[in-house]
Amino acid sequence: MSSITGDDVTIGHDEAHAHDDHDHKPEGFLARWVFTTNHKDIGTLYLVFALLMFFIGGSMAMVIRAELFMPGLQLVEPDFFNQMTTMHALIMVFGAVMPAWVGFANWMIPLMVGAPDMALPRMNNWSFWILPFAFTMLLSTLFMDSGGPAAGWTLYPPLSLQTGDSFAFVVFAVHMMGISSIMGAINIIATIMNMRAPGMTLLRMPLFVWTWLITAYLLIAVMPVLAGAVTMLLTDHFFGTSFFNAAGGGDPVMFQHIFWFFGHPEVYIMILPAFGVVSEILPTFSRKPLFGYAAMVYATASIAFLSFIVWAHHMFTVGMPLEGELFFMYATMLIAVPTGVKVFNWVSTMWKGSMTFETPMLFSIGFVVLFTIGGLSGLMLAISASDLQYHDTYFVVAHFHYVLVPGAVFTLMAGAYYWLPKWSGNMYSERWGKIHFWLSTISVNVLFFPQHYLGLAGMPRRIPDYAPQFADFNMWSSLGGFAFGLSQLIFVGVVIHCVFFSKQKATAQVWEGAKGLEWTVPSPAPHHTFTTPPKVTAGMVAHADDH
Amino acid sequence: MSSGDGKNRKLVLQLLGVAVAMFGFGVFVMPPLYVTFCEITGLNEAGIRRAEAAPVNTVGDRTVKIRFDANTNSALNWDFEPVARSLEIPVGEPAEAFYVAENLEGAEVAGMATFNVSPPVAARYFVKVECFCFSRQVLAGGERREMPVYFFVQPDLPDDIGEMTLSYTFFKNEDPSVAQATP
Repeated sequence: MSSITGDDVTIGHDEAHAHDDHDHKPEGFLARWVFTTNHKDIGTLYLVFALLMFFIGGSMAMVIRAELFMPGLQLVEPDFFNQMTTMHALIMVFGAVMPAWVGFANWMIPLMVGAPDMALPRMNNWSFWILPFAFTMLLSTLFMDSGGPAAGWTLYPPLSLQTGDSFAFVVFAVHMMGISSIMGAINIIATIMNMRAPGMTLLRMPLFVWTWLITAYLLIAVMPVLAGAVTMLLTDHFFGTSFFNAAGGGDPVMFQHIFWFFGHPEVYIMILPAFGVVSEILPTFSRKPLFGYAAMVYATASIAFLSFIVWAHHMFTVGMPLEGELFFMYATMLIAVPTGVKVFNWVSTMWKGSMTFETPMLFSIGFVVLFTIGGLSGLMLAISASDLQYHDTYFVVAHFHYVLVPGAVFTLMAGAYYWLPKWSGNMYSERWGKIHFWLSTISVNVLFFPQHYLGLAGMPRRIPDYAPQFADFNMWSSLGGFAFGLSQLIFVGVVIHCVFFSKQKATAQVWEGAKGLEWTVPSPAPHHTFTTPPKVTAGMVAHADDH
Repeated sequence: MSSGDGKNRKLVLQLLGVAVAMFGFGVFVMPPLYVTFCEITGLNEAGIRRAEAAPVNTVGDRTVKIRFDANTNSALNWDFEPVARSLEIPVGEPAEAFYVAENLEGAEVAGMATFNVSPPVAARYFVKVECFCFSRQVLAGGERREMPVYFFVQPDLPDDIGEMTLSYTFFKNEDPSVAQATP
């Protein structure tokens, strides 16, 4: 086996191809994919699974937007509509965005820190293969007599306790997703802490590695809290306890506190790796080091810390004491400071750079602009006095979709385009990538921007029907939704073309301005990399302040 | 990897420990913490404080208006109403109010009421001496019963509070281990 070191920076695609012959990939589907302990194969499994879930969850969103196309009840029963909103959220959060980020972590973190694999490869296999079972269980509830969960992804009691016997399946599916996430997070922390190549000091790590390290700690801290909350729901439902049952001395509001103690860090779990990916891509296509690397690291850590003390801003209307409202309002607004640091640093990174606009760069710039819109509406929602008006309206729906779709999903796309040549060894079609970007960006705004107005005008969320004055904006929103959904099929086409049919081979470095260890191995990255650790020196990594 | 295995084992055990601890935090620490928080702020546990007797206090001429609210959970087929919608009572003096509950079923049914006082800041000054909500109430089929509550409002009630609402919700209660009223 040839050892690949940082000296191979200039390796061409012909030599890269030669390395494939020494790959030692296991033979046969079962051995290659089901029993795999290889971080690249597991990363691919995660990414394919996440994409599949993205389309299942997306088709549920299409049902929602089709029903909301016109006022009145047209297509589905209200109870099924409620199941769609609930399942759409559960699948997008736990099935699409989170596994996609774990997939990126699996592929890229060992390559970025110069490790031969993840620290715990067999546990890695297990973390992935739990997921298909968890989601089969969750999706199977749709075919049961009592139907799927319909109380919203937040599963607030007492409504969620009215779910029939299928509720047990939902709870156990959530437990399994939690176990998978916790194992994945432990693996990532162990890899980053114990397997960095010599010279890869903590403050030389690429920002994607940093954001994932912090995300992994968040996962370990809050996924067990969610497991506890749904376990209490389970015992309330089936074993006669009264944690959340007022008749038995319990309190349903307590569930909201426990849920959002998990829920707020959870939304940062979905967005922090996105910050990392954007911090990798912007410097590459601006041909400048990241502006304020250390500030980015500290800002990420501050956001993670603050995420634990703001949860009650999701529940300003439960009747908290004024002191509570004020504390959670100010703490929430404080998050704008480190987030603002990040946005300004991204803009400063591009400032006076030699910018080019390949697809990953377009998605990243789209992220910076549109995520900021979502952040600003978040600040509006943080004002507890006016939140009473916005609470549970489409304004909230617009807010969190702006931070999750052109936020997290756009960066997933950006990262996929950015590293796809490294994964597959082929260049994707830049023309179709750009078409995908522009259609997505236009349609996502047509989809979600009108929802701000709907919310301000008082349209409640999670309701299958609405008053006639909301008709026009809803029609626009639905049209945008259909266009956005269809545009994502282009992505599948681009990926299939790139992996199986593209004739244009990728070089090792792929992008002219790209720096970092992952660009020193050939494209496609061989099955085993860094079996001899590279020696990392200042200047070899992209973003450290020390070069 | 041989040198890494020991390090990995230690780190993994530590991280697993954090995960288990956080599960315990969610299930065993947050609920009691929440109850304590509510007691301090006067939320939910509002007015649970029982007093053996009314305070012996010289009382000024200040009065406060108490509104009475009654709700019944949908699983309990009772008619439950306050006798008077509101009362104007002197601050610091014991007072009594009556609710009336009627069992609309043919058979015996037991229920228990939860209570709340709002605004929450006022709740800590509202003290019940005796209340039908302290115990389980059993009504025979078709029985109608008046249920009293004895209470007082502490004289140190802040000046800006002139009105408060006492609210009850009756739930079906099939657990006989709960203390039962002896009418």
